[in-house]
Amino acid sequence: MSEASQLSAENVAGASATARGVRGGSAGSTGSARRAKPVLSEGKKAERRLGLLLCAPAALVMIAVTGWPIIYSVWLSLQRFDLRFPDQREFVGLDNYITVLSSPYWWTAFGVTALLTVVSVVLELVLGMALALIMHRTIVGRGLVRTVALIPYGIVTVVAAFSWYYAWTPGTGYLANLVGPDTALLTERLPALAIIVSAEVWKTTPFMALLLMAGLALVPDDLLKAAAMDGASAWQRFTRVMVPVMKPAILVALLFRTLDAFRIFDNIFVLTSGAQDTASVSMQTYNNLIKGLNLGVGSTMSVLIFITVAIIAFVFVKVFGTAAPGSDQGGRR
Amino acid sequence: MAVIAGTDSTGRKIRWTLLDIVVVVYALVPVLWILSLSFKTPETLNDGNFIPRAWTLENYRLIFQTPEFVRALANSIGIALIATAIAVVLGTMAAYAIARLDFPGKRVLVGVSLLIAMFPQVALVSPLFEIERSLGLFNTWPGLILPYITFSLPLAIYTLSAFFREIPWELEKAAKMDGATPGQAFRRVIAPLAAPGVFTTAILVFIFCWNDFLFAISLTSTEASRTVPAALSFFTGASQFEDPTGTISAAAVVITIPIIVFVLFFQRRIVAGLTSGAVKG
Repeated sequence: MSEASQLSAENVAGASATARGVRGGSAGSTGSARRAKPVLSEGKKAERRLGLLLCAPAALVMIAVTGWPIIYSVWLSLQRFDLRFPDQREFVGLDNYITVLSSPYWWTAFGVTALLTVVSVVLELVLGMALALIMHRTIVGRGLVRTVALIPYGIVTVVAAFSWYYAWTPGTGYLANLVGPDTALLTERLPALAIIVSAEVWKTTPFMALLLMAGLALVPDDLLKAAAMDGASAWQRFTRVMVPVMKPAILVALLFRTLDAFRIFDNIFVLTSGAQDTASVSMQTYNNLIKGLNLGVGSTMSVLIFITVAIIAFVFVKVFGTAAPGSDQGGRR
Repeated sequence: MAVIAGTDSTGRKIRWTLLDIVVVVYALVPVLWILSLSFKTPETLNDGNFIPRAWTLENYRLIFQTPEFVRALANSIGIALIATAIAVVLGTMAAYAIARLDFPGKRVLVGVSLLIAMFPQVALVSPLFEIERSLGLFNTWPGLILPYITFSLPLAIYTLSAFFREIPWELEKAAKMDGATPGQAFRRVIAPLAAPGVFTTAILVFIFCWNDFLFAISLTSTEASRTVPAALSFFTGASQFEDPTGTISAAAVVITIPIIVFVLFFQRRIVAGLTSGAVKG
């Protein structure tokens, strides 16, 4: 019995060493225990082989479906390529970039996307924090609150968008009727943008809240009690104790939601179809590609969006010092 | 905000209950609204009442008689299930390796999958559209399954490797010491411990595939592979001279049912899955 427990203690150490990617002497035999059972000296090699083998399919699929198309879209973006006029296909260098970057439509869409992203992420952070605190600390019906909060997260975005669309349709909608029977808010630019933001915020706040809740769980209760004993008010405990401990969680949540918000598409498609200058960059790309069948310009926009997102991620990591989530473990969506 | 210093426990309970109610209202009102629309009769559809004054199941009967919708539902279910199954199998293999083995390129793999998780999907739509057209994958099931697998793999790998790190793997050794074969040790000890994580991941991946709209409308052109979210946006009613509001609502409710079922039965797991890999340093 004691032998067994000793052995397992050793294995725990070995396993956690492997998990962290640290080379441990006993890690080899632990890691590859199931499949390969080589001699100790061979263990390391077999482990590497098994590791690569197990990861290969996932890596291949991801690279085939993203890596190659990215390169291909850069290539397409350098060509005049309109599916309606396929014979006019030719290499035009940076012409498409000049076309897009000097187009007011692109910059309007860019501005709309940036505005929607900033406003909705700020609102989500505030509401998400409140929701996270409620889900984490409520003393009644914790399971119930967590269950219902997952509904906006899980529901199909298009379904939620239709719900908002009908709610704001004059005559049909309960919200439209509150405002007044003759105002069609979805056909006016600013109200339409506000509705898009509200739909986006409603849908994604629970996800933000869950990421923040994971951070809340890291705040030691003793620390909060100690702060309370020292006379800190609830607000002080929140800003001085909880927020600093939660900072990594907050930054990861912000990074993910910002990048996610920047690709906003579904809500706009259903709510306004991009009318009255409410189209996002994703909407514009879709319109050029699927409706306009202009692969050259569509790909140019794709590349520009990709670059923008890369810049956002870079700024987050550099300026805010988000623990580079690539390092072994980090956030994900 | 919600940090409460009250000593009176009934007072606190009442305050928390009120906050709970706010959350419940927040989360449920849009869902109840579309549910209400789906039960309204054509005459009361445009009355703007939150609760139907006259109830009918007509919209549901109509929607299931519309080939467009039935086909899209079959596409949605088939595509989401296949993509989920493949993503979970590939993700399990990779996550096992990441959590348990030491090999070169591990960090690169984790980094790449993170990049993909944050990737603007619309940037892939143009090249994939063209590539799939030339490969004959455009407007087919595999044409949607492939991008779904790709974009859910990061989610699967992160969630699963977080779960796998928590498994007490030494139990496997202990079982073997007690005379179990490696196969038995895996089946009786490790598989049951890993199953909840794999299952949770499957739910999250399914929700992701079920939800997708951008790929669904960009990489399909007919009902051969159009999924429900895409079909909904093109749906103009069971017949031309009919307002599609009621039927769209009914269809929307139908595709919300699986989500509600998952949330009701697996709330704890979904929360654990979404938060597990999220914040650890």
